[in-house]
Amino acid sequence: MAMGPFRNVSRRRFTALGSALLAGALAWGSLAPVASAADPLKVGFVYVGPVGDFGWSHQHDEGRKALEAAFGDKVKTAYVEDVPEGADAERVINQFAQQGFDLVFTTSFGFMNPTLKVAKRYPNIKFEHATGYKRADNVATYAARFYEGRAIIGTMAGMMTKSNVLGYIASVPIPEVVQGINAFTLAARKVNPKVQVKVVWVNSWYDPGKEREAAEALIAQGADVLSQHTDSPAPVQAAEEKGIYAFGQASDMAKFGPHAQLTSIVDNWGDYYIARVKAAMDGSWKAIDTWDGLKQGMVHMAPYGAAVPDAVKAKADEVKAGIIAGTLHPFTGPIKNQAGELVVKDGETIPDGQLLTMNWFVEGVQGQLPK
Amino acid sequence: MDADTLALTGVVMAMMRAATPLIFAALGEVMTEKAGVLNLGVEGMMLMGAVAAFTAAVTTGSPVLGLVAAMLAGMLMALLFAFLTQTLMANQVATGLALTIFGVGLSAFVGRDMVGQTVEPLAAIQLGALSRIPVVGPLLFGHDPLVYVSLALAAAVWWFLRRSRSGLVVRAVGENPQAAHAIGYPVRLIRYAAILFGGAMSGLGGAYLSLVYTPMWIEGMTAGRGWIALALVVFASWRAERVLLGAYLFGGITIAQLHLQSSGGLAVPSQILTMLPYLATILVLVLISRDETRIRLNAPASLGKLFHPEG
Repeated sequence: MAMGPFRNVSRRRFTALGSALLAGALAWGSLAPVASAADPLKVGFVYVGPVGDFGWSHQHDEGRKALEAAFGDKVKTAYVEDVPEGADAERVINQFAQQGFDLVFTTSFGFMNPTLKVAKRYPNIKFEHATGYKRADNVATYAARFYEGRAIIGTMAGMMTKSNVLGYIASVPIPEVVQGINAFTLAARKVNPKVQVKVVWVNSWYDPGKEREAAEALIAQGADVLSQHTDSPAPVQAAEEKGIYAFGQASDMAKFGPHAQLTSIVDNWGDYYIARVKAAMDGSWKAIDTWDGLKQGMVHMAPYGAAVPDAVKAKADEVKAGIIAGTLHPFTGPIKNQAGELVVKDGETIPDGQLLTMNWFVEGVQGQLPK
Repeated sequence: MDADTLALTGVVMAMMRAATPLIFAALGEVMTEKAGVLNLGVEGMMLMGAVAAFTAAVTTGSPVLGLVAAMLAGMLMALLFAFLTQTLMANQVATGLALTIFGVGLSAFVGRDMVGQTVEPLAAIQLGALSRIPVVGPLLFGHDPLVYVSLALAAAVWWFLRRSRSGLVVRAVGENPQAAHAIGYPVRLIRYAAILFGGAMSGLGGAYLSLVYTPMWIEGMTAGRGWIALALVVFASWRAERVLLGAYLFGGITIAQLHLQSSGGLAVPSQILTMLPYLATILVLVLISRDETRIRLNAPASLGKLFHPEG
């Protein structure tokens, strides 16, 4: 999830011991002998969470399924779920390599060093690491510009709020999360300058109970539209019960809030996986860095909820089209920081390098950045 | 009633909700440990309770049956633990840890089809005019039924352990199983019963999460609450009334820090606020440990030790 330097964020959801043993058990289970009849390309996936998390790992597995659907028997895929970030990850990745897999995707920030270590041992096998920043001749990296989606939901939130208070449930203070909060706030204030965004940190990627309480705390403070950068659908569910609006995260969470969810930022890895497998097949694969967004379809928006008025849909579509066409960048100035100082001049855009290390809030964000 | 009072009432009610699953699980563990058995499998039993409650409520449409299923699932897990540690004499710490790991995996496995399902949550009791009394109304009469059940169970466990003859026997088994055995009490049977009670209560704690607190099933949704419940038992020095106090303190700090953040009222880093419940536990542990008699009076002397009737 995280990308760029400065992170050693663990995306583990369960007790270390539990995951370690589970991963061990599953590693043997999932890596059953692979047939090589028509000599298919063998593609392995390493997930940090369970495929049933309804969030991050779930979406990567959807990508794997898209791969199988696209290539049929020309590929053979396998995955290991619930792999802890650490020594165990190296063992799992190594096992893929030993079994003669051609391409291995490791899908969490904490798999960075284990991936590089194994890649060094197997120079003929291709590796792809999600959200990291270290590459090698046979290690590519990839991540998604989720902040583009946040600009769309910010626009919608700014137009739909009646209280002018938006709630934001934040996980851990890494640049990716800060980018999201800022993109959301900038977009909301563009359409509604009176908007304030209240941020509550739950200091966890996944704790349904705490996420729900954070949602309720924000609602108690007058927030009538919620956004979240945590993985459980609990905030969407809370919004549904309280009769306010919310945006889903990572996957379409409309099931948990059919009226509340206005849309959801959906991670869509399938197209990328298909493109990379194609490249591996025709020999054009290179160890590049990919940071794609709406344009390439890596960031995808769930269908609008029934509560979204046509005017809001039209504006959201306009923002989306602008971002895709390259005429609109969520981080184009003028941008002021929380102290009201102009930090990005009119017409200037924050370059990628600075986005990747973003550690300050824009004007309109209420709450502090834990440091 | 002004907005501030209303908000404060909401915060206090949220604190009580956050504390309730901890109260269930910790009360069960108090009973288990008072009988001299240390069961570290609380998290696993809670998860099984959560998934069983949700599955039963979805398939039958009845949250009450969900609660029954949760208690049964917790007891099944506890029975496994009891069989391993009391009959086969396995090490309690290792078995308890294994139980948690087992529960995490098994609940994820049996709950695969339940992810994304929705269930009608257990509704709050509405007592008409009583619930509408300002402040006092919602605080006293506006909760979901399980909040009251948790309070009643705390009173029941307190009475049982401190005032009843059977409770005295349980404590005797926890203090000195050899002596209890010599007088003719069925030590093993009593421990089985205490462990099963702990399982049922953990199951209820899990059910509270999946049916009331966040009415859904997602893998690992307890997010460490089983471990907090275990810490709470020590924090409460094995007394039911202090479990209540500790749970409200733990729940209270968690909720208070989220509300402080959203109101922008306090310039304290949120990580420090997140740490507070644990800092408080350590502080209390240090304080009560200074007074040796307090610890000695309450900690079951044979906690975690194996009992061989022959010996």
